[in-house]
Amino acid sequence: MGRSLKFLIPLLLFGGIALFLYKGLSMDPRAIPSPLIGKPVPEFSLPRLDAPGEKVTRKDLLGKVSLLNVWATWCVSCRAEHGVLVDFARTHKIPVYGLDWKDDEAGAQAWLERLGNPYVAVAFDKIGRTAIDLGVYGAPETFVIDKKGTIRHKIAGPLSPQLIEDELLPLINKLNQEG
Amino acid sequence: MIPEIGHLALILALSLAITQAIFPLVGTFTNTRSWVAMARPVAWGHFLFLAIAFGCLIQSFLTDDFSVLYVATNSNSHLPNLYKVAAVWGAHEGSLLLWAFLLGGWAAAIALFSRGLPAHVVARVLSVMGMISIGFLLFMLITSNPFERIFPVPAEGRDLNPLLQDPGLAMHPPMLYMGYVGFSVAFSFSIAALMGGKLDAAWARWSRPWTIIAWIFLSLGITLGSWWAYYELGWGGWWFWDPVENASFMPWLAGTALMHSLAVTEKRGAFKSWTVLLALFAFSLSLLGTFLVRSGVLTSVHAFATDPARGVFILIFLCLVIGGSLMLYAWRAPSISSGGRFDFVSRESFLLINNLLLSVLAALILFGTLAPLIYDAMGWGKISVGFPWFNTMFEMIAPFLVLAMGIGPMARWKHDDFAHLFRQVRVALVISLIAGGVALLPMFSHGKMLVGLGVTLTVWLIATHLKNLQERLKHKHGLKGLLRDLAGGSRSYYGMWLAHLGVASFIIGATVVSNYGIEKDIRMTPGSDVTIAGYRFVFDGVSKTPGPNYTAYRGHFRVFDGANQVAVLEPEKRHYQMQGRPMTEAAIDPSLLRDLYVSLGEPIDGGDWSLRVYYKPFVRWIWLGGILMALGGLLSISDRRYRIVRKLSKSEAATRKAGTNATGNPATETA
Amino acid sequence: MKPRQKRLVFALAALVGIAVAAVLITTALRSNLAYFFSPSQVAASEAPKDAVFRVGGLVREGSLKRDKDGLTVQFVVTDNAADVKVKYTGILPDLFKEGKGMVARGKLGKDGVFYAEEVLAKHDENYMPPEVASSLKTAHEAGAGNATRAVVQ
Repeated sequence: MGRSLKFLIPLLLFGGIALFLYKGLSMDPRAIPSPLIGKPVPEFSLPRLDAPGEKVTRKDLLGKVSLLNVWATWCVSCRAEHGVLVDFARTHKIPVYGLDWKDDEAGAQAWLERLGNPYVAVAFDKIGRTAIDLGVYGAPETFVIDKKGTIRHKIAGPLSPQLIEDELLPLINKLNQEG
Repeated sequence: MIPEIGHLALILALSLAITQAIFPLVGTFTNTRSWVAMARPVAWGHFLFLAIAFGCLIQSFLTDDFSVLYVATNSNSHLPNLYKVAAVWGAHEGSLLLWAFLLGGWAAAIALFSRGLPAHVVARVLSVMGMISIGFLLFMLITSNPFERIFPVPAEGRDLNPLLQDPGLAMHPPMLYMGYVGFSVAFSFSIAALMGGKLDAAWARWSRPWTIIAWIFLSLGITLGSWWAYYELGWGGWWFWDPVENASFMPWLAGTALMHSLAVTEKRGAFKSWTVLLALFAFSLSLLGTFLVRSGVLTSVHAFATDPARGVFILIFLCLVIGGSLMLYAWRAPSISSGGRFDFVSRESFLLINNLLLSVLAALILFGTLAPLIYDAMGWGKISVGFPWFNTMFEMIAPFLVLAMGIGPMARWKHDDFAHLFRQVRVALVISLIAGGVALLPMFSHGKMLVGLGVTLTVWLIATHLKNLQERLKHKHGLKGLLRDLAGGSRSYYGMWLAHLGVASFIIGATVVSNYGIEKDIRMTPGSDVTIAGYRFVFDGVSKTPGPNYTAYRGHFRVFDGANQVAVLEPEKRHYQMQGRPMTEAAIDPSLLRDLYVSLGEPIDGGDWSLRVYYKPFVRWIWLGGILMALGGLLSISDRRYRIVRKLSKSEAATRKAGTNATGNPATETA
Repeated sequence: MKPRQKRLVFALAALVGIAVAAVLITTALRSNLAYFFSPSQVAASEAPKDAVFRVGGLVREGSLKRDKDGLTVQFVVTDNAADVKVKYTGILPDLFKEGKGMVARGKLGKDGVFYAEEVLAKHDENYMPPEVASSLKTAHEAGAGNATRAVVQ
């Protein structure tokens, strides 16, 4: 009995490792607490991508629960995410604001024309100043902002339908019920 | 059009892989001869379609087809053609395709060179490889299709990561993958043997050459990677113990153990279940390495954040392959006879010690690599394990390994006695201790203990192997005997000899460069000079030069040894336009005894630059060691016993006879 | 010795060996671990005083200053909630830039300045690099693979 049990050892060891690997996969880097969560969105005033004469400011985000999505045309995973955002904007009444980060203006406009525009308005952050204030580490990142303009949640990396279903919508519903 | 053909070829390869996995295997159990006979042609077809897919991707790169997303993200019309080809495996999707292509290649090679093998063995081996291929092809088609189109078509691609635009690195992944994938052969042979319940010397003899070939590639791949890191990263290190490197080093350790263990199983029929386990480990660690690198669990969370589906897919695949094979092992291994008995003092024992040490080393590295993950998962905080830990572990275990390496080849199979062994090695022991003692003298070592250890071990290895050679040639009439040996059937002995000397070369290189290397970060004004290790580096300033897809600052240095100018060094700081990132290109004046190494830091005001000026003695010996090991492997598989293609009906008996004859002479075999 | 006793002795020896090894491994590990802290945690004095640790965040724009020797640099790393001053002597990695992510390994001085032994820069602001993170040792990009991970932590 003991003799044949020892042949199980490698399998058990691997089982242990696999558990950690699995845990590692579900240890979501998106769960990083952003130091800005619970703080107001920093002041900003940036040109609108579609109408450079007009400005998008912090005030635009007030009054409704909204999403602020940081994206750029140089960002390949933003492209992967874009379809999800377009669907989201089509099926939900939650305004999505865009922050186009360190990008080329014409290219970004063409991108929206081509792939669809899920955004209520896109702020064009050419030098990346606002992104730094927001503590953006990379693109894409998505912030959930409540009615008072406070950052309530941040998701690093592309959104997926599942993520929206499991994380965003429950939070947004909760926020909507708040005063 | 071409990308669609490639995509289609992948799908066809998948369907053939499924055929290859199921029919031959089922055929061996139901004794359906026609199904068993399918294995070879299907493996050929499978490889053919993978080759087509691979060719299509290369073609897409060469024709700058930016409508393919993968090409658009990793190439650029200004990229030199060589790198367009290298860009094929420059990123995730393409390297998976390369992996699958090589797997298909190994399977086809087995189909070609296995005529002497019983049909049901070939069928099972190929079907196991088919199963692995299914995993990779599904992964590619579902989550990472390299042929995915992008619309509208970008006018220009984003260019290949500048770090990868280098001839050394262009060759590095194919070598490494050849090694990783090559271990799948030994793995498949083991699985086939576990299924059939027949583990004998023949099984070991079949797996052995394949394992050695894979090991050669892996050794070269790792050597190449280390060399690349040294000159390309601009700070002169040659090994960093980072997860990506560890991912290649662990299978190498397991593969090295496997190679030695297979020798024992072939010669003496011992260690059978241990050998099987090592074969499973070697490939499992290759897969695990892939998981760690691909899933981003360790290297980069960003990678994972992109597509958790990839991570999950690989983990499931990993569990199926490794978990499944270990389960099969737990089920069948108890019934394997333990085979050839041996005494405590015998060559088997030394090989066992060597195997255990190699495995322990691999386990430690695995632990160190996974520690950050484990800490995080247990909520103990976010940590990184510093490279000193890996160094300490390595320095603790490697000396014993080397000690056993010196004695092992001297020992007789089955039974030996201490007195005899001691007589054999005493001279070597004395010489190496004296050499180590001399090296430890303060004027040589500057008080560094590791110098003494390194020198002792190097001299020990050389001395024991010279003694071993002398013993061998005593019975064989000197030089003439050596030549006859080389022409005849004893190349595996000389292969072992050469590979072990490669280890000596590595040890001395690593010891000298780590203890006597000089690294200086300084600020220099054009026209000034600095003297390091007797070499005077004159800085003549920096000029601006354009390259094909970058612009560069080029520094100009002249190096003098006394009054003689020994080198002109022109390190560069490149800026790649498309990727918008800087890149440091070090300039190196190489030679066997020392490298002179200069790389540019940053411009500081008034034409001054911060610079790295390094003196790296004996650093080449590290890679020379790797090359010697690979050459040793090559020499040993050219041994007559392994000429697999020969008419085996006749030689089957002959080889078996040669095998038993040889066992009497302790110095004959590769150990 | 009978085979049975022999086996027992072997098992005991192996057990002792494993125990010793485990102790050695973990002590060595403990002295080589570097925990990661954010600037906020450092500001809140959560980071160890005498031990080596890592701190990561963005390099504040306009904070990079160079000493006269040209090799010692000072900058401020921030997570937009707290700032930590970092001092480093040596050559900064290729991808080090103001406004970008970086990770430094070193010790916190009594003066509240973080004295870095090593500075790693984050290589990309794109959350994608499976491409980049492919087997090809990107982790080395000026040590950036690690940085990528750490910055996001």
